Amino acid sequence: MLGLDSKDFKLLLIVAALTMLAPFILNPFPEGSGMAQFNAGYPDLMQRFVIFGIFAIGFNILFGLTGYLSFGHAAFLGVGSYGAMWMMKLFSLNVLPAIAVGIIVSGIFALAVGYVSLRRSGIYFSILTLAFAQMSYALAYSVLTPLTGGETGLQIKSTDNPLLSTIPEGEIGRASLFGLDMRASYEMNAGDWLFTFNAGYYIAALIMLLAFYLSIRIFRSPFGTMLRAVKSNQTRMYYTGLNARPYTLAAFVISGMYAGLAGGLLVAMDTQVGPERMFWTASGEVVLMTILGGAGTLIGPVLGSGVIKYMENILSKINKDILHEWFAFLPDGLEDFIVAIVYPFVGKGWHLTLGLIFMAVVIFLPGGLVQGGQKIARLFRGKKASEDSDEKSTQSTPAE
Amino acid sequence: MSKSNFTRRGLLKTGAATGAGLALPTYLSAAAHEGYLNAPTGSTVTLGFNVPQSGPYADEGADELRAYELAVEHLNGGGDGGMLNTFSSKALQGNGILGKKVEYVTGDTQTKSDAARASAKSMIEKDGAIMITGGSSSGVAVAVQALCQEAGIIFMAGLTHSNDTTGKDRKANGFRHFFNSYMSGAALAPVLASNYGTDRKAYHLTADYNWGYTTEEAVRASTEAMGWETVAAVKTPLTQTDFSAYITPVLQSDADVLVLNHYGGNMVNSLTNAVQFGLREKMVNGKQFEIVVPLYSRLMAKGAGENVKGIFGSTNWHWSLQDEGSQAFVKSFGTKYGFPPSQAAHTCYVQALLYADAVERAGSFAPCAVAEALEGFEFDGMGNGPTLYRAEDHQCFKDVLVVKGKENPTSEFDLLEIVEVTPVDQVMYAPDHPQMGGAEASLGTCNNGA
Repeated sequence: MLGLDSKDFKLLLIVAALTMLAPFILNPFPEGSGMAQFNAGYPDLMQRFVIFGIFAIGFNILFGLTGYLSFGHAAFLGVGSYGAMWMMKLFSLNVLPAIAVGIIVSGIFALAVGYVSLRRSGIYFSILTLAFAQMSYALAYSVLTPLTGGETGLQIKSTDNPLLSTIPEGEIGRASLFGLDMRASYEMNAGDWLFTFNAGYYIAALIMLLAFYLSIRIFRSPFGTMLRAVKSNQTRMYYTGLNARPYTLAAFVISGMYAGLAGGLLVAMDTQVGPERMFWTASGEVVLMTILGGAGTLIGPVLGSGVIKYMENILSKINKDILHEWFAFLPDGLEDFIVAIVYPFVGKGWHLTLGLIFMAVVIFLPGGLVQGGQKIARLFRGKKASEDSDEKSTQSTPAE
Repeated sequence: MSKSNFTRRGLLKTGAATGAGLALPTYLSAAAHEGYLNAPTGSTVTLGFNVPQSGPYADEGADELRAYELAVEHLNGGGDGGMLNTFSSKALQGNGILGKKVEYVTGDTQTKSDAARASAKSMIEKDGAIMITGGSSSGVAVAVQALCQEAGIIFMAGLTHSNDTTGKDRKANGFRHFFNSYMSGAALAPVLASNYGTDRKAYHLTADYNWGYTTEEAVRASTEAMGWETVAAVKTPLTQTDFSAYITPVLQSDADVLVLNHYGGNMVNSLTNAVQFGLREKMVNGKQFEIVVPLYSRLMAKGAGENVKGIFGSTNWHWSLQDEGSQAFVKSFGTKYGFPPSQAAHTCYVQALLYADAVERAGSFAPCAVAEALEGFEFDGMGNGPTLYRAEDHQCFKDVLVVKGKENPTSEFDLLEIVEVTPVDQVMYAPDHPQMGGAEASLGTCNNGA
């Protein structure tokens, strides 16, 4: 189906089902219960899941296939966001042209950065991309303030006058898709459960499915094979008379365009952009997402971004009071003791927990969460099936 | 690429599914029947405290959170009541807000607009917070304020000093109690004139971002108005830690005052460098060389240690103030945490109380009703003397403290001494002042979110 073999198609269907049913899957606990803290099915976080999923899928096309570790990918995310933002401020509040401009601007920027950076490989390439990203960040933060709004960033203001859209007097313009407000939601009450279906989320999710499909096609195409060849031995490629540069540059630009798409979507869902989006920690985050999920696998980066965004938004909000509430049933001394032990790992300590998980994954599951999933699946299916899956593992072999 | 095999049937199916997906979400808000977003339905009301818990301003964030916890305790009738006893408005009874017990959720802004907005959004969408407050940087304040405006939630800004928050980026749903760059400049200028004379030559080092620009502009305007000359204004990168390269040109210029438009770690480093270069012992044009820091905080003074002695700056509030309100606050904060509160803690505590009081007086949590109750509200007993929440730009107008580094500190908290309290009339400006975005800046209309 759709030019995919049955296994890939099944994967695509699974991802489609997961994204479409996300409002249910992410809200497993009833409202008002103690566990409701762990619900993630609210529009903002669901949007972030799929948008950063796109970002990671794009990064994976470069890192997972060619092995080139770009440490400045957030620059493309930021540039795409600024492009989309200006499109909304000047041209139309419709998200489609904004996203398109985000992709194009990032693509051009990636072409320029890639053209210079890809002259080197390995650590030198990483440092070059990092330098470009930090340069973009510094420029956006100060020198380019008239264009980027500096520290305070850009937003749609009541004084903005997009060419094709009219903003009512005194109101702030809102991103929409042909009149459908990105923030419009339909809320469904089922007993104690509350499920939110958000317009912006579904649009982002459909685009993510499209991006995911495209990435499968790239992975399975001759072009994808060429990129894997670059990863396994670039020198040998040169000896056989093949110039690898056009392939790596193309991968770099595609990957940058994915980042631009994610950046444009971020602006479409939440009309604001600031320079922190290009800071090196944001570049590091996408590397973490990809490695955590499984570099070089199709679904890995999406899983990784989900885990990181979940921890950033859910775990970081657990404060001392909530912990005391949870452990209130214990005797006082013991309660304080347990809270004192758990507290450093939640709330502002979520970075620590993330670090521990990351270390555990790298040490025990070098192939990321995907490898973990495969191991579990193998346990269930028994030995015979495992040989079977080993045979097919060429499709999901993680990167080192 | 491999071959693609689109079939008519497959295409129809995909098209239908896409159409269904697009048609699915129709607009409906749960709170529509109440007329505003996140209307509290049970016996409790949830406030969102969005402060930096990690990143460069984590210390300020921690102090803000302490202040909020104290405010919630006092609002719910716990503790000694703090400023509730000295507050000129007596609407608050110590039984929560409108009889509903106050609960709160916390979030980490990381001092990044994106993270702050994500955290605020989760408070609004998931936790049903009726008001968001906090923050320790103007970038974050402006970003979260705009979000609250779009969503239809009241935003009570925490520590944010840039003119833009209530200047060109002012919003109908956002309110600021803290003072701003313009006020710092206006309050400092007369004190500088009387101490250093009116024929000085100033050299500015300015942190290269939004807050730095507005502060430099404000200080320049007010010092030039009284006769000072600005020799040069140099921008320094925010990430700079060694300012030697920027101090050397100062020595070679004929400037006799150095203005450091720096905050936090920047200020600690630049001031230390300047003192190490012997600027303070220097005589230029027959006058003693002086250094000025427009925005002071206790945490910065602590970082710079010995070097702050005798250096002028401005601050929003200081725990050594002797009025009834400040004393009540310092007492209850000190009893609970064992040390005096910072100015960040003060402004956040006051903002929480002001919000609760406005709801109580309005008789409703509806953002527009609350905004109306806050607009033009005059109050006293909150540590800054008589204060006005101006309706035109949602900025508080109150006396500004001019402080200087204490020569003989008695403890690690006793680092600043108050030189002068500049009366509010001197720091007043028109709502359409050019530094505040001019005539173009407008609040827009208030948004109830439903």
